[in-house]
Amino acid sequence: MNDFLQTLVNAIALGSLYALTALGYTLVYGVLRFINFAHSDVFTLGAWVSFTIAGWIGWAGTGSPIFAMPVILFLAMAICAALGIAIETFAYRPLRRAPRLNVLITAIGVSLLLQNVGQLKWAFGTQPQRMAELVEDRSLFTIYDVHIRLVDVVVVILAALLVVALERLVYGTRIGRAMRAVSFDERVASLMGIDVNRVISITFGIGSALAAAGGLLFALKYGSIKQTADATWVLLGLKAFVAAVVGGIGNVRGAVAGALLISFVEVFGAAYLSPHMKDLYVFVILIGVLLFKPSGLFGKAVTEKV
Amino acid sequence: MTEGSDARTRKLAERIAEIKPNPAVALGRSAWPFLAAIVIAFLLQVVIAPMLGGFYAKTLLDIGIAIVLASSLNIVNGFAGQFSIGHAGFMMVGGYAAACVTYYGSIKLLMPQGELTEAIGVSVLGGFLGSGDLLFLASCIVGGVFAAAAGIVVGLPSLRLRGDYLAIVTLGFGEIVRVLVQQTSDVIEPVKAVDAGVGEMVTHLGGPLGFTGTPTYVSPTPWATNASGDQTGHAGIFFAYSIVGILLVLVYRLKMSSQGRALLAVRENEVAAEAMGVDTASSKVSAFVLAAFFAGVGGALFAHSLGVTLNPNELGFQKSIDLVIMVVLGGMGSITGVVFAAAFLTVLPELFREAAQFITHLVGYHGQVNTDAYRMPVYALLLILVMILRPQGLFGIKELWDLGFWRRYVIPVWRKAAGGWLIPKHEARLPAAIARELSTERTGGEPAKSDDSPKPGASGDQP
Repeated sequence: MNDFLQTLVNAIALGSLYALTALGYTLVYGVLRFINFAHSDVFTLGAWVSFTIAGWIGWAGTGSPIFAMPVILFLAMAICAALGIAIETFAYRPLRRAPRLNVLITAIGVSLLLQNVGQLKWAFGTQPQRMAELVEDRSLFTIYDVHIRLVDVVVVILAALLVVALERLVYGTRIGRAMRAVSFDERVASLMGIDVNRVISITFGIGSALAAAGGLLFALKYGSIKQTADATWVLLGLKAFVAAVVGGIGNVRGAVAGALLISFVEVFGAAYLSPHMKDLYVFVILIGVLLFKPSGLFGKAVTEKV
Repeated sequence: MTEGSDARTRKLAERIAEIKPNPAVALGRSAWPFLAAIVIAFLLQVVIAPMLGGFYAKTLLDIGIAIVLASSLNIVNGFAGQFSIGHAGFMMVGGYAAACVTYYGSIKLLMPQGELTEAIGVSVLGGFLGSGDLLFLASCIVGGVFAAAAGIVVGLPSLRLRGDYLAIVTLGFGEIVRVLVQQTSDVIEPVKAVDAGVGEMVTHLGGPLGFTGTPTYVSPTPWATNASGDQTGHAGIFFAYSIVGILLVLVYRLKMSSQGRALLAVRENEVAAEAMGVDTASSKVSAFVLAAFFAGVGGALFAHSLGVTLNPNELGFQKSIDLVIMVVLGGMGSITGVVFAAAFLTVLPELFREAAQFITHLVGYHGQVNTDAYRMPVYALLLILVMILRPQGLFGIKELWDLGFWRRYVIPVWRKAAGGWLIPKHEARLPAAIARELSTERTGGEPAKSDDSPKPGASGDQP
């Protein structure tokens, strides 16, 4: 019973991290119809930026004040949002009318650039680091001998808050309506007086900010951060991306559902089948979903017009 | 009316009889490029490689392997337009299958019982084209066949998925292969491997640490021996460039044939190709199978060129991306462009090192500059800039011989020298016309984004 409970807690915490990242993929796909391969690297940079800022302010070790975490969260989100907007402006905007394959290749290029620049000596270096303990490492309460760690609770609550905030933003504000309009039809939206470039920039900013939050929470939960081009980040980004695709890319609720599905399969598979094969389950699910329902579990089927 | 058509049929039959060469000439025309490729590869090995010396010969070898891999990816990404970013997966299948054949095969078939030791590893056996080399060549074919089988598995989803989604599936395939290989156990040492069954062999591929002990059949220095007189290397440049030559001739003929045209049609517009009677399903799957076969052969070459260990982490996502960059930079669909890009990107790190040394020398800085750290950032920038400034790659879909200066200065001389026998006239003319047609179609038409059809998933509940 307590094994099961522990696994459940892990799955939910990991799922909320995947969800934060998957939302970025889904938002960008919604407005631009392409897969932003560089998104997972913004996630990585979110973790590293928070680490660096914490070091500068002097909250590197334990015992930082209670407001340290919100401050760093805000700064990391702001910096990554700016980064996302810059990527969109310099790399993707010149290709707005190019074939989709070119945009995809550019996205891979941006991803490689971020990974490898992050590894340079004057950036973050090639050594893994220990993340500052911004949230006290203690168990909050105990059920059936399972310690629910404070970090896990913070991760889940923050992720849930951000998802709800995003949902309100997309469905309840003017900018959200503009985003949905651009997603529906870019040309008609621009005829209706919507500044499409601005909306796309804002979408990138929001997606990148969510990724940064995900990165910070990931670093807090697992304690250590690997070098930026490390395979674990790539894999993590891929899984978040798989979550977005499985849920039906372009769909906010689908991304969250997909993230939870992926994390449950991964964590429970690792706990009850074989821990070495956990990456395999995720990709098998991906290929299965794409083969039988290519638009994802909650996506709408697309018919191609000639 | 019937009289007229009868006359026409007769005339046609006469015309066919007139231009149809006799079988011997036909076979000669069909086979000479392959033979020429093998002769050139042999000359590269015995004449050029010793002149270059160890380091540059190694670079030459690496270029050859890169050309095999990039050109095979070009069949899928360039000709058929199916964007695959899991090519290293095929390489891994081929490389591991081949390593398994040479390592366990040497122990079971070639090595005398008395020479088997507890140390992992087998040495290169037999002289040039001797038993060891034959085993190695067989392993290349086995690697290719296994990879081709994997190509069918990956090709089938391409019937349902397009663009981004297919890219993800190929990526997932690459990851799955890597994870599976990493689950295998350590390589069995020769003394015990002699009694091992097939099932035992294929589950002992080295796991996460890599396949140790593969003999170095593909080495730049031919017929090398170590201090104790054992052979350590073999005619790698000969093998690699023979395969390069065979692959390039095949790819050229594919591009110029009706099957190749069908692939290019699929790439330009799948629906239109289907409407024109192209069997898109079989075209796409056969492109995957052919590309996977040569990626497997390339993987076999790669596995036997390392001299140490075949590491699964070397054949991950990064390797796939390296190959994609070669194809994209050279021009998707251009054979010569991809060859050029593969060669250029293989020597680029060296050029980098030289340039950094020169610059630090100029500014009088005496510290060590780690240029390798800047290799990937520059690759990435290169990729982005190529996509923005020259989206069709350096050569586009054109070949070297479609370029202006080449057509003006090189082809006439070559024609005169060859006396018109080697290149049938229509072959020299056709590619340029088609390239022109395709390039105007790609650049002159409506922008791809501004289609009238509703976008996928367009509805109110989407962000």
